[in-house]
Amino acid sequence: MQLSRVSCRFGAVEVLQEISVSIARGEFVAVVGPSGCGKTTLLNLLSGYEQPTSGLVERRGQVRMVYQVDGLFPWMTVAENISLGVRDLPCAQERGTQVRDMIRLIELEGFEGHYPHQLSGGMRQRVELARALAGSSDILLMDEPFSSLDYLTRLRMRQELAHLLDKRPRTVVLVTHDIEEAAQLADRVIVLTGRPAQIRRELSIQTARPRALTHPEVVSATRVILTELGIEDGAGDGEGAR
Amino acid sequence: MGVWLGQKVTPRLALLPIVNFFRNLSSLAWIPFAILWFGVGDASTIFLIFLAAFFPVVLATLAAVASIPAVYSRVAHDYGLSGLEKLIRVTLPAIMPQIITTLRVTAGLSWLVVVAAEMVAGRDGLGFAVMDARNGLRIDLLLVEMITIGLIGVAIDSVLARLTKIPSVRWGYER
Repeated sequence: MQLSRVSCRFGAVEVLQEISVSIARGEFVAVVGPSGCGKTTLLNLLSGYEQPTSGLVERRGQVRMVYQVDGLFPWMTVAENISLGVRDLPCAQERGTQVRDMIRLIELEGFEGHYPHQLSGGMRQRVELARALAGSSDILLMDEPFSSLDYLTRLRMRQELAHLLDKRPRTVVLVTHDIEEAAQLADRVIVLTGRPAQIRRELSIQTARPRALTHPEVVSATRVILTELGIEDGAGDGEGAR
Repeated sequence: MGVWLGQKVTPRLALLPIVNFFRNLSSLAWIPFAILWFGVGDASTIFLIFLAAFFPVVLATLAAVASIPAVYSRVAHDYGLSGLEKLIRVTLPAIMPQIITTLRVTAGLSWLVVVAAEMVAGRDGLGFAVMDARNGLRIDLLLVEMITIGLIGVAIDSVLARLTKIPSVRWGYER
């Protein structure tokens, strides 16, 4: 995926200004920035849901998105929701096998016939991830997917996501306000400025996933991001993350 | 019609005042026209029930469709659901709990209209029997018929309430 000098404006409000980003196949990129800076707009541009005012958005491959709010259909069971992700497959037997595989992968065997309102927040989020990763999509866009979960469940979900991506690799763009989450999961973190958003800094994180929250590179990247966002002073930042 | 008006803003703005106009006309006000057009009998009663039920259901469906969370539409788009498939697999299931609630309310309204229409334009039925008892000053019969009318209303609602137990609509009543 590539954004070339992309700007986006809603009426008089300029949300994104001259953003240029190139995302390689299989890369995990996290986007962080101040609240309301245009992170979700950036994701909507990448998904094709919105068009830029100027600049060019290029993407190759099928896109799936995981939303901030609950995107599971409440009238469908776990299995039916996940089966949406494999509806392109021509063979019914293969679709059934894929759905069962995904349910096994997210460790929800026995919950196939449950409806979303019968599951916990973390379980629902796992089903949503399974639906997005089922089938043969190429790109996964995630808009603050764990923001409504409690802290411990968020920590668990990061591990789950790393595990799922290990089994089903995708190009991922994660928009999050959780800096630890970005540092723990992403290969590259893009820090945006306030509105109109521009790229303030990009950090690469080399350590393989899953990463411990206390891993030096994660801690270092977290501090760098916090410094860039003006939350912490910059003393001692930048060790590990580049 | 409610689904269509809920999805399309321009027709909604154009037709909503008309729907509201007819919704606010009491079905009973149509009785003279019903007799004139369909004569005394079942056809008139069915016409009056239609008038009592149609416009509230249209308005409720319209409101339900318009309030479907936008994320469902985006998910449907992401997974390639469009047109008829989106209608059947997303829009209709998403509004079903509200539709069932509306059906329960309008079934009660319709039952009121049935009895009232039979009082004025019926040749038989409970409404006709109520009028007959009144004219014959048979208070005992009148009481029995009133109790029967109430019990039938409760039975109709009980039948429709069973729809809320369908697993795929339970979510609408448990959140």
